[in-house]
Amino acid sequence: MRPAAQRAAGRRADVSFRLLTAFCAVLVIVVMGAIFLELVDNSLLSIRTFGFGFLTSDAWNPGASEFGALSSIYGTLVSTGIAMLIAVPLGLVIAIFLVEVAHPTVSRLVGGAVELLAAIPSIIYGMWGLFVFAGVMQNHVQPALGDTLGFLPLFQGPPMGIGMLTAGIVLAIMVLPFVTAVTRDVLLMVPPVLKESAHGVGSTMWESVRNVSLRYGRRGIIGAVFLGFGRALGETMAVTFVIGNSHRISASLFAAGNTIASSLANEFNEASEPLYLSSLVQLALVLFAITLVFQSVAHVWVGRLQQMETGQR
Amino acid sequence: MRQAKTAVVGLTLVAAMLTCIAGAAIAAPTINGAGATFPEPIYALWMNKYYELTGVKINYQGIGSSGGIRQIEAGTVDFGGSDAPMRAAALVESGLIQFPMVVGGVVPIVNIEGIAPGELRLSPQALADMFAGEIVYWDNDAIRELNPELELPHQAVTVVHRAEGSGTTWIFTNYLDKVSPMWHEKFGTGKTVAWPVGVGAKGNPGVAAYVQRVAGSIGYVEYAYAVQNKLPHVSLRNAAGEFVQPTIESFQAAAANADWASAKGYYMVLTDQPGEETWPIVGATFILLHKKMENPRTARAMLKFFDWCYDHGSEMAVEKDYVPIPGNVVEMIQESWEKELRANGQQIWPLAAEK
Amino acid sequence: MQPRGVAGRQFADQAMRVVMIPAALSGIAILAWILWEVMSRGAAALNWSFFTELPSPPGVEGGGLSNAILGTLLMTLLATAIGAPLGLLAGVFLAEFGPKSRIATAVRFTSNLLMGTPSIIIGVFVYALIVLRTGHFSGWAGAVALAILILPVVLRTTEDMLNLVPDELRESGLALGAPRWRVTLWIIFRAAKTGLVTGVLLAVARVSGETAPLLFTALNSFYWPETLSEPTANLTVTIFNYAMSPYADWQQKAWGASFLITIGVLVVAVLARFSLQRRAAKT
Repeated sequence: MRPAAQRAAGRRADVSFRLLTAFCAVLVIVVMGAIFLELVDNSLLSIRTFGFGFLTSDAWNPGASEFGALSSIYGTLVSTGIAMLIAVPLGLVIAIFLVEVAHPTVSRLVGGAVELLAAIPSIIYGMWGLFVFAGVMQNHVQPALGDTLGFLPLFQGPPMGIGMLTAGIVLAIMVLPFVTAVTRDVLLMVPPVLKESAHGVGSTMWESVRNVSLRYGRRGIIGAVFLGFGRALGETMAVTFVIGNSHRISASLFAAGNTIASSLANEFNEASEPLYLSSLVQLALVLFAITLVFQSVAHVWVGRLQQMETGQR
Repeated sequence: MRQAKTAVVGLTLVAAMLTCIAGAAIAAPTINGAGATFPEPIYALWMNKYYELTGVKINYQGIGSSGGIRQIEAGTVDFGGSDAPMRAAALVESGLIQFPMVVGGVVPIVNIEGIAPGELRLSPQALADMFAGEIVYWDNDAIRELNPELELPHQAVTVVHRAEGSGTTWIFTNYLDKVSPMWHEKFGTGKTVAWPVGVGAKGNPGVAAYVQRVAGSIGYVEYAYAVQNKLPHVSLRNAAGEFVQPTIESFQAAAANADWASAKGYYMVLTDQPGEETWPIVGATFILLHKKMENPRTARAMLKFFDWCYDHGSEMAVEKDYVPIPGNVVEMIQESWEKELRANGQQIWPLAAEK
Repeated sequence: MQPRGVAGRQFADQAMRVVMIPAALSGIAILAWILWEVMSRGAAALNWSFFTELPSPPGVEGGGLSNAILGTLLMTLLATAIGAPLGLLAGVFLAEFGPKSRIATAVRFTSNLLMGTPSIIIGVFVYALIVLRTGHFSGWAGAVALAILILPVVLRTTEDMLNLVPDELRESGLALGAPRWRVTLWIIFRAAKTGLVTGVLLAVARVSGETAPLLFTALNSFYWPETLSEPTANLTVTIFNYAMSPYADWQQKAWGASFLITIGVLVVAVLARFSLQRRAAKT
């Protein structure tokens, strides 16, 4: 081939290569759009039947063709709330411990192990929750809570081992490695010079952590919390095993409940009437919308963090 | 060296894929079914044995009766399983036929410390009150009166029900509906009902697993699940006023009342049947097929299997405490196969047509 | 900050340590406990037939999960074969062709959202998209669901890794007159190879333990996965079914399967980390 022709061929190949990569990139947007459209399309029947009432009704009676998302939304938010209440402080504390207190070798080993644990499939946490932890809850934790805090409606009712509280705690344990790992990364990114100056002016470890490291990494940590929240919201397997699968809203955290994801796991393949199936798809749509909102908020936070950092440099 | 490694990995991959594709061409198609978990213990045994004998693979996934109806209607499986019988009109509407495979008993199972299988006695009323959330503790007077000799703990009753649409639930609530006016008024009969209390579990296995795990619980499962896992069942008072134990004989006593000949579309309910020996919660489990099927090969293979089950599966069924379908009923069923089932427009039963 | 005596500040510091260290250790202990339960119960369930035999009917002891092991491997491989190249190419677009363009920003944002979308929603989506349209559950549908999970992970790591490649390398390649695609695939990919492989490995580790996207797509099966156009056996749905059953033998097998999945994921994750460290050591 002559050089000119060769160059032309090269250019043509370049254009096709570029188009190919562009196609793959845009595919991500196409997939996202397709998910949204399929969910809307398959929930139209339910949307038309129930309208906005779907979101505010706590009825779930397939026999009478009554469906409402409230109990599932409630369970999703409550179980995730419990999980974050436990996992965020604990994750922070472990990360601070690893970065500031522990011996460097211990820190490296445990830090690495925590990152690996973040990769363990959620169904493993669900198995452990059902076979090991539910027994501990029923025999020790729930009776103890009932004895001491039983005057609160939150901790009343028979200790069953499974239920909202157990699901929340299992979720917490599942997101704990994730929150810890991200927070640890954030704390490790704090420039040593800042910490050294804090120590130099006579700060104690806790003062340096509180006033320098946490302040410096605040937004990164908040970003991590949001991401953890997003994970817990849509988690299926860690929850379905232990939440008790009941479409009722109870004041007590000992009672059985459900989440959107657990309702889907239990009922999606089994729903026999078109309206039932359509309501389940609409539940999925609601979950999709909730996670989209949380992801977007988290994204904005992390974006701001990056802006701030580059602004400082 | 690295390239060699990549090449090896690549080749293995390609080989694996090719084997899969080639395998598809050679192997007979797997017959896919899904539905009720009530008959799964016996179906799984039959399918396993049939596979050993003939090499025909029948994959039955126990996802619940509602799932069986839904998946056969959607055409995602070759046959559906359900123990909530469909009405003749509904069958016509969805173009399905239904026929009974086997009859079994639903038994309440409990997890109370120190109580052995068959020890606890319950009246229909007490059972309904427990599942309605009106009896809250095991040492309730109503239960104590029925069991003067038992030491019942002051422990909360945890009801375990199904989380998904279930034929076992249908049979169970159909019974409660018949024996308790309160139940009839508030909850009725259904594959799912608006349970006022309790925790939900997936499938008969899920209910058995939760009852096994949660102290103070009561649930309902097909009898085989109770036996296989040594879960304490209760003794129930039947329509004749006698306390009976679930046994193959007490199920047979109930099944003897079935008048299949006059049951349109084999719609049959066997709860709360008369007779001193009769276990009160008994039901048949059904296979659902499309009247018009596409693949004659699959259709024939399926009917051949069902025929084998009727013919050779009875002993296995009785071993697992299921009541086989009587021979004269099987003849009726096979007549309806002959009349109603078509694949690609061809008649598929009797199989003699195949060569 | 309020001025406080040295003693008070020391006390606050000591108090934090007293609270913090036990809390941190108990958190770590719980995670270790989970690993221990999986390892000990799981290892006890493994034997030769676990790897070689087909599942036995419920309530009948014995049998194995060989079909589910193969099914999981096949679907994960297939999902990687679909998802990884798409993700790699999409990552090339973001890093090499107009990283600041509007499309790139939109793709980046969307892929973050896709990464955060609950996997069960992907399952519902693929059910509607493939299972309903083809009329049957299949291993293909399962693989597609997993591929959708792989795509954004590979995309993001690819972009990050390609951004680490110094521009001089690109320029020298182009200066030699090589077309862009050659420079990208031959020079830049080679330079970023370890990082790219790591990204793919992490994605594989993530999806190989997924259950939710398979429930409505691959379903499960008691037989060998001879073709992927039928319901396909897999380890995670088997764990779900077996763990939720009352049979001691099945529960034990669920632990065995959990053990396998955990070991598999950990090995892949360690490999990924190791290769990253080696890369860091080199540069």
